Amino acid sequence: MTALAALIRRDVRIALRVGGGALIGVLFFLTVVVLMPFAVGPDLALLSRLGPAILWLGALLASLLTLDRLFMADHEDGSLDLITMSRTPLELACAAKALAHWLAAGLPLIVATPVLGLLLNLDMVATGAVALTLLAGTPALTFTGMIGAALAVTLHRGGLLMAVLVLPLSIPVLIFGVAASQAVIVGPMTFGAPFSILCALSLVSLVIGPFAAAASLRHGLD
Amino acid sequence: MSGVDRDKMRLSGRGVACVRGGREVFAGLDFAAVAGEAVAVTGRNGSGKTSLLRLIAGLLVPAGGTIALEGGDDELTLPEQCHYLGHRDALKPALSVAENLSFWADFLGGERFDFAGSLATVGLAHATHLPAGFLSAGQRRRLSLARLLTVRRPIWLLDEPTNALDVTGQDMFGGLMRDHLSRGGLIVAATHAPLGIETRELRIGGVT
Repeated sequence: MTALAALIRRDVRIALRVGGGALIGVLFFLTVVVLMPFAVGPDLALLSRLGPAILWLGALLASLLTLDRLFMADHEDGSLDLITMSRTPLELACAAKALAHWLAAGLPLIVATPVLGLLLNLDMVATGAVALTLLAGTPALTFTGMIGAALAVTLHRGGLLMAVLVLPLSIPVLIFGVAASQAVIVGPMTFGAPFSILCALSLVSLVIGPFAAAASLRHGLD
Repeated sequence: MSGVDRDKMRLSGRGVACVRGGREVFAGLDFAAVAGEAVAVTGRNGSGKTSLLRLIAGLLVPAGGTIALEGGDDELTLPEQCHYLGHRDALKPALSVAENLSFWADFLGGERFDFAGSLATVGLAHATHLPAGFLSAGQRRRLSLARLLTVRRPIWLLDEPTNALDVTGQDMFGGLMRDHLSRGGLIVAATHAPLGIETRELRIGGVT
């Protein structure tokens, strides 16, 4: 356990230092959401209807933005070699790295959501719903994205490939995340059904992601 | 590590073949090393010295042959008993010297955790709180060496270990290797320069 805790602590610490990935994601999220009202125009009703979709899109792109570096940095400086050789199973190490990435890059997005909800004319309940769906859904984005990040290391020059691989996997998360938020704001669906599916997606990716990523890293030993 | 009889520890390879990028680097390589012995792997550039170390470390899959360790810890695989010191030093520039070292100590988990001691041994005691990004190449190498001291593992796989080390650094490192061998450790080093300790040469690739 100390090994995994050490890995999480290290990754979070690096992400929070100057030049780390945590701030980049939040700034990107902020930029997308702040610019959107200017693009859409001063139609408040339209803005609050689009609000959840804009927040979700921003969060999705922001978390993909930093995800491709998840294994690349460790690969480039040789850390990944030592992690592979260690007594910690590679699957658990991958899960720990993804968790650290979510803590450093995913959680700040959720914290920023209530502030950005104001800009999109969302009321308290709607903002709360979006934040809750993001809390349930962003782990799925990180853990499926991790598979792409591992493949990017294996296949070299895979940065572009990663977007192509990961985007289809993140579409269901986006659909059910926005559906659950919309259910609270405009109805007529219930919040429970899409939200349960969203949680299920997260749980499934929590199980599959580490195994797929570790398999990819092992296969690509070079 | 209980149950390790290091006097009998023996690392051997039989008919090891290595293929990288569709090209055969070497084939039919036999080698053996026993506890307390240092093997210097030599050969021209591209003859597969680094590849051999990575094969032993489990970071490459051999195209043929077997590599085995007898008399090690039965609970652990061969890579788990190895330290690999490669060209890339596995240091994070954003973290301080102490943070880098304590991460690897925690993550690799060792018998001993004499943190300040190993930093002092490699001559970095004055730079504990300096971010690793500000270290010189030689200092980075010294910090990597501190990792080998903080976490005890019986087999050291060293790839050009004396690169970037100054004369006193090379002396210090020679002493560390002699210590490690006298404790029943085993060293396999890929090198061009003399290591400063008694070694057995394993030459790979054609004699040209």
